[in-house]
Amino acid sequence: MVVLLLLLIPLIGASFLFLYKGDYQFSAAAALKISLASLLVMGARLFYWQTPEMLSFSAPWLTALGSSFSLRMDGLGTILSLLTTASYFLLFWYLRGQSIERPAAFFAWLLLAQAGMLGVFLAMDSLLFYFFWELALIPMYFLASQWGGARRIPVTFKFFIYTFLGSVFMLIGILYLQSKTADHSFALESIKKIRLSSDQQSWLFWLFFIAFAIKLPVFPFHTWQPDTYEESPTPVTAMLSAVMVKMGILGLLRWLLPLFPIASYMWGDVVMTLAVVGIVYASFLAMQQTDLKRLIAYSSIAHIGLMTAGAFALNNMAYQGLLLQLFTHGINILGMWILADLIERKTGTRTMASLGGIAQHSPAITIFFVIISLANIALPLTNAFVGEFLLFNGILATPSNYYWVFAVVGGLGIIFSAVYTLKMIRTIFYGEANSVTQAPILLASHECWVLSAMVCLILFFGVYPQPLLNLTADFSKELFGLTDITALFRKS
Amino acid sequence: MNALLVSAILGVLLMLSSVFIKNKSSIHTLALVGLAVLFVLNLAEINGWLLFEIDLKGMLRFDRYALVMNAIMLASLFFYLLLSGRSMEKVGPHYADYLALLFFICAGLFMVTGYTSLLILFLGIEVISIPLYILTGSDKRNLKSNEAALKYFLLGSFSTGLLLLGIAFFYGARGNFSATVAVDPTVVGSSLQLASLLLLLFAMSFKVSVAPFHFWTPDVYDGAPTVFTSFMATIVKVALFAAFVRLFEDTFSLQFSTWQPWVAGFAVLTLLIGNLTAVFQQSVKRMLAYSSIAQAGFMLLAVYAINGDSKEGLLLYAASYSLATIGIFAVLSHLQDYTFEGFNGLAKKQPVVAASLAIFFLSLAGIPLTGGFLAKLFMIKAALVYQPWVAIFAVIMAVVAVFYYFRVIQAMYFRTADQASFPEFPKHFPTLLLVTALLLVLLGVFPETILGLLYF
Repeated sequence: MVVLLLLLIPLIGASFLFLYKGDYQFSAAAALKISLASLLVMGARLFYWQTPEMLSFSAPWLTALGSSFSLRMDGLGTILSLLTTASYFLLFWYLRGQSIERPAAFFAWLLLAQAGMLGVFLAMDSLLFYFFWELALIPMYFLASQWGGARRIPVTFKFFIYTFLGSVFMLIGILYLQSKTADHSFALESIKKIRLSSDQQSWLFWLFFIAFAIKLPVFPFHTWQPDTYEESPTPVTAMLSAVMVKMGILGLLRWLLPLFPIASYMWGDVVMTLAVVGIVYASFLAMQQTDLKRLIAYSSIAHIGLMTAGAFALNNMAYQGLLLQLFTHGINILGMWILADLIERKTGTRTMASLGGIAQHSPAITIFFVIISLANIALPLTNAFVGEFLLFNGILATPSNYYWVFAVVGGLGIIFSAVYTLKMIRTIFYGEANSVTQAPILLASHECWVLSAMVCLILFFGVYPQPLLNLTADFSKELFGLTDITALFRKS
Repeated sequence: MNALLVSAILGVLLMLSSVFIKNKSSIHTLALVGLAVLFVLNLAEINGWLLFEIDLKGMLRFDRYALVMNAIMLASLFFYLLLSGRSMEKVGPHYADYLALLFFICAGLFMVTGYTSLLILFLGIEVISIPLYILTGSDKRNLKSNEAALKYFLLGSFSTGLLLLGIAFFYGARGNFSATVAVDPTVVGSSLQLASLLLLLFAMSFKVSVAPFHFWTPDVYDGAPTVFTSFMATIVKVALFAAFVRLFEDTFSLQFSTWQPWVAGFAVLTLLIGNLTAVFQQSVKRMLAYSSIAQAGFMLLAVYAINGDSKEGLLLYAASYSLATIGIFAVLSHLQDYTFEGFNGLAKKQPVVAASLAIFFLSLAGIPLTGGFLAKLFMIKAALVYQPWVAIFAVIMAVVAVFYYFRVIQAMYFRTADQASFPEFPKHFPTLLLVTALLLVLLGVFPETILGLLYF
């Protein structure tokens, strides 16, 4: 029931907003309440509703095809739903007191995207998964194309085409798997029972991987990402990078690795090479950026690269770190986008060279920015440190001959991220104040609350990550059971 | 059988009606009522209730598949008449005659979905084609319309010649015209048999505008009055595909390995040419002409795979493709400017029309939650039984299709209008359009409503 509620609340909310076209105040308040309702349901799930009946839902649908509307919230689904509901709530809270054209439609599309993404996180049927995968894309496309910057139309279209191209390959893979199941069903459980030869696994692996690699994005499939992040309105960018890229990681963890473990091992070196090349490449580009949004976009590619490498480390430690990082990366990057948006709105520019010396007159935003940036580079005592530490440990235990290369190059990424982040802080906040930054940046009270809430999350989970690890421990153990290469080879 | 005879009678009735009824909207209502009657009679026949008891001499067989296909075509035709029936008045003065011709074509459509003798197939195709030649040229003062009609007539006659020759060879090889009688395996390899197979394949490919026999399509679709293009590109094409499937499923089932590579090649070529050419069009009408070629490539996969999935897929394809295309053409026939720029900013001025159009285009592009997605899904699933390459090629081409379908969505939603006004749509037009679009969504969410007809 919980899973159904989580889908229905944003869906009904979105339809309501589409039909009842209120002004900005009304729409923003309504959206905030809807996202609060989702968050409360999620909270209730964490503390009270924990029986399996509450956490799954199944109804017949497209029975002629062998598909059913089946949702279930496992550890991965839990942490991602938590991230989604929390990010939406924080974002909508932050968005109060701004103004956006056609607000009702804007919030409605965002809520539709929320429903789509939650569907992706919870679907246990491959066709349903594909449905939601596309449904999450359409609202984002409309959002970015209608409310974006000057080059929005070609840029977001590129984003759409890339993702669509990836997903149709996945569709072929899904249909092929369905034809191989004993009961001609799209259900994940049935698919898991198929015994695939390593050749079959290999090409199916690529059909699925391209879809996920584009979504993540992994180098060299990333070219849509910086443009799209830059041209989209910042709230949309925030949701794209905080929540939507997690669809790619989820694809790896729920579909790719457990279904094709042998191929994941065989192609693991290739993927990890791509991932660490992406880390270095994106870090270098991030150092060269003059635009704040583009810098964050490239830094996001670098982080995702590390997470992808962790997924292919194929051991429990890396999975644990990755699952934790799903949540922390989402919160941290959301914080970065909110701060970028604040700076752009209050100073009117996001070119870093024309900013400078903000710290002199506006200490509050400086403190928030520094804490969240430090979390973004995974300093100890921040939440990301725990996740990245586990990830690196896991990468060092990779069943590959080149594990140390991946660990060293990935480690360089951390150093680089410190370089560009600190450089960004220095350019924007320190130095002499100029005419743009002369006026103090005053934070409204709700903006202060949102940022404080984030800082609390960052510090709390930096010191005590155990609750999150507990949520996902079962899932990661089960995943490791399915992808444990030594055991698999012993069996065959 | 019910629908076939009654549609011919209704055709005559409508032709005479112009003498007695001067009011065009009454004639329109009469046609709609006639269609509703046809639909009910067809449903009755699905449930085994026949109006006439006629000995068909084994030349026609209305099985469940044919009847469901007829029901889909009739429903599409009903929406077609609702949405663009009144636009026909703008074409010329002979309003009742156009409607009468549509009903005659209907009789032909039912013949080609239900034939068991190749003679009936030939007759059916002629009954469809001759009224279509007239309708294509019905805008008499327009040179393009005249040119299209002549072109269509000449090339159509040529392909009919191929068809007839194929049927003659068929008779030579087998000694009968029956599409269902089991073949003597010894004649399968004969050269007469092979010649008839290829001639029939080429003739049918021509009729459904499959590459490399598609050259007539863009000019004819572009030149014909928009309302009639809509009809030709959807309902007629779908019926001919049903005939195509029946011909190759029943008649040539033993030569499967001979014709399957041909059909695969044609499908790939059609998808390639249709999609790539559509990307470069400047006029939405011409783009839709090429898109109809591209969609024909997908429908051809039903012939290529010829299994349960592909036949179900063709039904879904028939419904979703027809509804979407009819909706788009209905809007197009009200616009002055057929270029992509003509759609700029439509979403602000006419939100309901724009939203419906967006759903139509999303369905044609095959985005989930629309009928078009499931139709494509069935086709790909069917084709995956054989070589995966055809299916993979088809989905890549589906991505190419997004390029041109989304140009219209971009124009409507993301660009602002440079021209001041759009023409006023008739009063109930936006609502009707929205109903059509919602039906398409319904088809995408609960396709069992249509497929269930096949089995229950």
